[in-house]
Amino acid sequence: MAKRIDVSGLSAFYGNHKAIDDISMSVEPRSVTAFIGPSGCGKSTFLRTLNRMHEVTPGGRVEGKVLLDDEDLYGPGVDPVAVRRTVGMVFQRPNPFPTMSIFDNVAAGLRLNGTTKKSDLTDIVEKSLKGANLWNEVKDRLNKPGSGLSGGQQQRLCIARAIAVAPQVLLMDEPCSALDPISTLAVEDLIGELKERFTIVIVTHNMQQAARVSDRTAFFNLSAVGQPGTLVEIDDTERIFSNPSVQATEDYISGRFG
Amino acid sequence: MSDVMTERQALADRPGGTSVPVSLKQARLPRWTPAALALASAAVGCGIGLAAGLDSRVQWGLIAALLFVVGTFVLSAAVEGARQAKDRLATGLVWIAFLLAVIPLASLLWETVARGSKVLDGYFLSHSMGTLPDALPGGGIYHAIIGTLEQVGLATLIAAPLGLFTAIYLVEYGRGRLAKAVTFFVDVMTGIPSIVAGLFVLSIWILILGFGPSGFAGAMALAILMVPVVVRSTEEMLKLVPNELREASLALGVPKWRTILKVVLPTSIGGITTGVMLAVARIAGETAPVMLLVWGAKTINTNPFQDAQQSLPLYVFQQWQQGSEASYDRAWAAALVLIAFVMILNLVARGIARWKAPRGGRS
Repeated sequence: MAKRIDVSGLSAFYGNHKAIDDISMSVEPRSVTAFIGPSGCGKSTFLRTLNRMHEVTPGGRVEGKVLLDDEDLYGPGVDPVAVRRTVGMVFQRPNPFPTMSIFDNVAAGLRLNGTTKKSDLTDIVEKSLKGANLWNEVKDRLNKPGSGLSGGQQQRLCIARAIAVAPQVLLMDEPCSALDPISTLAVEDLIGELKERFTIVIVTHNMQQAARVSDRTAFFNLSAVGQPGTLVEIDDTERIFSNPSVQATEDYISGRFG
Repeated sequence: MSDVMTERQALADRPGGTSVPVSLKQARLPRWTPAALALASAAVGCGIGLAAGLDSRVQWGLIAALLFVVGTFVLSAAVEGARQAKDRLATGLVWIAFLLAVIPLASLLWETVARGSKVLDGYFLSHSMGTLPDALPGGGIYHAIIGTLEQVGLATLIAAPLGLFTAIYLVEYGRGRLAKAVTFFVDVMTGIPSIVAGLFVLSIWILILGFGPSGFAGAMALAILMVPVVVRSTEEMLKLVPNELREASLALGVPKWRTILKVVLPTSIGGITTGVMLAVARIAGETAPVMLLVWGAKTINTNPFQDAQQSLPLYVFQQWQQGSEASYDRAWAAALVLIAFVMILNLVARGIARWKAPRGGRS
């Protein structure tokens, strides 16, 4: 079911400020693609353009094309709500709904979209929690509030919530930056399992993480502060980390800047 | 070796810097000092007041307060040093400000309870004035309670949804000129005196459209007063909902209106309820619009859409105006009931806020 993403000539703006400039790349289905690069280079902005979350920010707009299996996300008549159902997202900070129980958090996407049959919900919630490696930890307290879990558990809860609506693509914006190494390992293992079913794009500041989990890596950079971010190169992760074709990539990866 | 020594020396001698303190311990006044000082200054304050023959107890209290602040500062400066003395000075001033704020409240409550409980009983709560002459004891406020409940209830029915939707528009959708204009007019509305709201409804509803006085007319004026309060408080509550929750919901493919309905509102419902309840409490005590539009009555009228009604604040005002011993008692008792009504509303609001608040922590 996983879909392929083809981006061509994409620029994103906040008001008059151009945040990313003319990005073109392809993301293969059933693979993990990692975005690396310095802060402020537009990785997260680019990620958010892939499920039309960028335009939620006041003043946010986009030029260019994002094809999801030949369908342009920014074409006329495309419903952003439908796009977001197809392309799910996990955020940097775990953000379970504070008023809902663990069960309701996972069921939120389904319920808010109209599935209300209790037996269906129970099935999907169990499957999603198992998919997020959280089932064994929470199966006895599904009715307790989701905000009572630890940070790592909350993040896996958010992943369960995202995969419960059965998206084709899963975007992850630094999903492990607020987590300890053990929870990070749990999430990384989970990413390895999820790529069997989903197309995954992950933004990370952790180079080892990019090397561990991803099949392909894209390096973003910006020429100066205030300038829009650009895509420097995208290649197989192994090549990026051993023998990148651009000098800037090698400098960034080995810690030599400027 | 010598290098290290000179470096340390340089650190200790650097201009403006104090040398390394010898000990972390410091002389401190015993814990009971503030209490003892407060008692002592109260006693001395009373003594001075008596000796100087000052009539007003307020003057006694002020002398005591001054003695306390100055005494604490001097004592603390002598024993503990300047920094602690300033700390104690600020603490003392905060306490005095607190007492100054509490005294009127406590005195008001005490006065109302003491005078109001005289005639407050089951009979008083369950009977109207009927044809009882104002100078005679007896009678009750049943008709006023009914009136207040109906008028405030109707006003809330009008103002709460209006205010809620306005706030949702301002926080979730409003961009550009219209939102700014709405915000501006809400601010202006906050400042409308209640008598002006009453006159406004009077001129349209009664003078131009030709309707008679009714509870509903009063409710409209009360709603005008209530809307800006509800908008403001709801707006603040909605702004407190983290954007991450909205984004989390939108990213699940939930439409914006469902996100607001199922995520934003439930997260902030406790605060919104409190805001509405406080607005209700505020309008429950309004007299001027009620006097203009509802007129007041001595008998029970349960229909808020027809004919004059009574309300608690207006009842207090009218009974006080009568000027007889019996009507004074009734005015105080009605005032007590009004305060209790507002207080119960506040307690209910707090209860709801606590019950509905997002649960954090492990459980």
